[in-house]
Amino acid sequence: MSKFLNIFAPALGGTATLLGAAYIAADQFVVDVPAPLRGQAIPAAEAQTTPEPVAEEAAQATDAAPAEVAPEAAESQPQAPAEAAPVVLAKFGLGRPATDDEIAAWDVKVMPDGRGLPEGSGSVEDGEALFSENCAVCHGEFAEGSGNWPKLAGGDGTLADEDPLKTVGSYWPYLSTTFDYIHRSMPFGAAQTLSADDTYAITAYILYSNFMVDEDFVLTRENFLEVEMPNAEGFIVDDRAETEYPQWRAEPCMENCKDSVEITMRATVLDVTPEEEGAAEEVAQVTEAAAPAEEAQAEEATVETVAAEEPATQEAAPEDPAAEDTMAAADPELIAAGEKVFKKCKACHQVGAGAENKTGPQLNGIMGRTAGTVEGFKYSKAMSEAGEGGLVWNTETLAGFLAKPKAYLKGTKMSFNGLRKEDDIAAVEAYLGSFAE
Amino acid sequence: MSDDLKISRRAVLAGSAAAAAGTLATQARAEGDPLITEPQDWAMSLGEGVDATPYGMPIEYEGDVIRRNVPWLTADPISSINFTPIHALDGTITPQGCAFERHHSGAIELRKEDYRLMINGLDLQPLVFTYADLERFPRENHVYFCECAANTGMEWAGAQLNGAQFTHGMIHNMEYTGIPLRTLLAEAGYDGATEGRWVYVEGADASSNGRSIPMEKALDDVLVAFKANGEALRKEHGYPVRLVVPGWEGNMWVKWLRRIEVTDAAVESREETSKYTDTLADGTSRKWTWVMDAKSVVTSPSPQAPITHGPGPLVITGMAWSGHGRITRVDVSKDGGKTWETARLGRTQGDTKALTRFYLDTEWDGSEMLLQSRAMDETGYVQPTKAQLREVRGLNSVYHNNCIQTWHVNTDGSAENVEVS
Repeated sequence: MSKFLNIFAPALGGTATLLGAAYIAADQFVVDVPAPLRGQAIPAAEAQTTPEPVAEEAAQATDAAPAEVAPEAAESQPQAPAEAAPVVLAKFGLGRPATDDEIAAWDVKVMPDGRGLPEGSGSVEDGEALFSENCAVCHGEFAEGSGNWPKLAGGDGTLADEDPLKTVGSYWPYLSTTFDYIHRSMPFGAAQTLSADDTYAITAYILYSNFMVDEDFVLTRENFLEVEMPNAEGFIVDDRAETEYPQWRAEPCMENCKDSVEITMRATVLDVTPEEEGAAEEVAQVTEAAAPAEEAQAEEATVETVAAEEPATQEAAPEDPAAEDTMAAADPELIAAGEKVFKKCKACHQVGAGAENKTGPQLNGIMGRTAGTVEGFKYSKAMSEAGEGGLVWNTETLAGFLAKPKAYLKGTKMSFNGLRKEDDIAAVEAYLGSFAE
Repeated sequence: MSDDLKISRRAVLAGSAAAAAGTLATQARAEGDPLITEPQDWAMSLGEGVDATPYGMPIEYEGDVIRRNVPWLTADPISSINFTPIHALDGTITPQGCAFERHHSGAIELRKEDYRLMINGLDLQPLVFTYADLERFPRENHVYFCECAANTGMEWAGAQLNGAQFTHGMIHNMEYTGIPLRTLLAEAGYDGATEGRWVYVEGADASSNGRSIPMEKALDDVLVAFKANGEALRKEHGYPVRLVVPGWEGNMWVKWLRRIEVTDAAVESREETSKYTDTLADGTSRKWTWVMDAKSVVTSPSPQAPITHGPGPLVITGMAWSGHGRITRVDVSKDGGKTWETARLGRTQGDTKALTRFYLDTEWDGSEMLLQSRAMDETGYVQPTKAQLREVRGLNSVYHNNCIQTWHVNTDGSAENVEVS
């Protein structure tokens, strides 16, 4: 007994510090286990923890235990029903103590008050590159979202609108949630690969994308709580018990409950129900208001998306009329695909009727135009000089620029990191090519 | 009553006579149904031996009774949801093989041998359990429904998906075998305090879905479950161990449960802030809306389960459930809510926080119907209409739509999802 105490007292102290909790009863020794998965846990005093290999000893120890632990254990026993609470006083001596390293490996949550944040820091600048590399494929280069994937930026002031846009900036009440989720669950398909510094940087970039911090901002554990979340006060605790239950806990009407009944809406008009057998019906009618889906609000439920993800029952793709249509109409398809890709550009560029210069120049008639010549736009010196040097935008030059803007034209003001997929470049070129001067 | 009986009998007789006449016209040899008058293959040759299928699947004729998804709902099936074919099921227990799935990072494969459950946090001796350890705690069996908070969410803005499977299929109901969470908390020395104490639970998959549960609930009826309907949990439902949080939204039923922590506050994880919160008309949002209120739906007839037999006896059936306790009554309306009849419950009284089956054994005159069902639970809560919900919550909600559903049944027996005034 005294031997156990001597050996394990330091471990006990360490764990208590880690937990920040004072409650460690005299009969609860925390034992440091050499390494997990060795199947060789060490029994703590009074059989609080029992390794399987010594089950017999455990049984004996358990028999002996009640005399010593009875008073306290009886107090600590929550209201368990009779059938679940044998006389062993809820202590079965099962399991083994978790080591500090094990707890550190799994307990990585971050609380709203910042508890759990690791040491580290990350800048918006670093975050932009990391975001482009790890996140943009789903969330867009500017965190504006891609397809059905969540948008992380924008939506400021839309929560009371008909179609609210809920992003880190417009909706999330705590910054801790962003850090915690990125650090633990992202990137999709490669969770737990981002370092603390990377996570700080990506979080900083998402804040920047939401216009919440400046471009030279560096997020650290120390200044983490200083970031103000716009919707921090936007939540109330479930109030159904006050606002709903009293109304609806009433004797229901059984007869003459209404004067008349009219059908006001039909699902078949919308026609978004998946077909039971094969044939992909075009789901052209998906309106913007139609789909408050759980994960992504489905506002981008376009024809392409649905046609691309047909039911598994459909195997004969070549015979599929929808697929034939796709091939016959390659151009419009490409333009349509380009329109989607262009969403990455929309934050800065306008195209089409009434397009104006914004952060970037308007892009009507860009194909065949000399670089740096849109009237009224203040170009970088590099871009103006390139135009004077004879750079004309065509599918080849534009592809080069869009793939790696800063490398292609050193000194360009365009902050965009570039499109990594050739298909995306071809599509966005087709899209831009469809707008004349 | 006796009048009803006569009508019903006459209808049956008329129906038989018509069937017999049809058969006479095409059959010259024997009078009657050839399935009866002529020996059939299955009555002459032999069927499969035992062991032909060591673990059986439903017969091929039931091949359409499967989970289905709605591809446009989500960006990727790895982080998505599908729907239980409730239109084709009866009774209350959902077979695991067709019970809806919802993953955030896909269904992982985690062997029992590799499974570890950690329990740590305030006032606890941190412990690690193996699967074998869990099997040595006293265990209990309970039947509970598990409903995704987003069930019927796509219907919030209006009638949209044409089938009970799609409108109400994010639900299943199973008998779970597991250990009360309070047993494990006590094992780690928890003192039973509820004030200012929470339990944070998280999964072992890449999403490591984590949710905060107030201690009062954790000590009440939450189970750490490893069997469902008598057999191991399926991979897609969290094999080998998941959390069961009776009556509360499915997202809290953490699958592949790896860690239980006692905290002094809610963690405010992604799944309890950015998701599973309910934005009201004025832009403020409710959080911690855990309980699933009383709800019901007619599963047959419904768009995927039309009436195929013409006028006469008709069984209208459906299911009802409440996160507040037992279902005590279900009413059915055939006229869009003008008049209601009380249905017969599959059991005199439903199990607490479990699906209850209801039946209205009726006579269909072949005219159009606007079918609705309305559940009541033991707290007196009456399932509201969509209009009532919208009046309080506005139009921007997604989760917790427990409104009364309407099916428009046509004279040909087909049915459509509609919204009525």
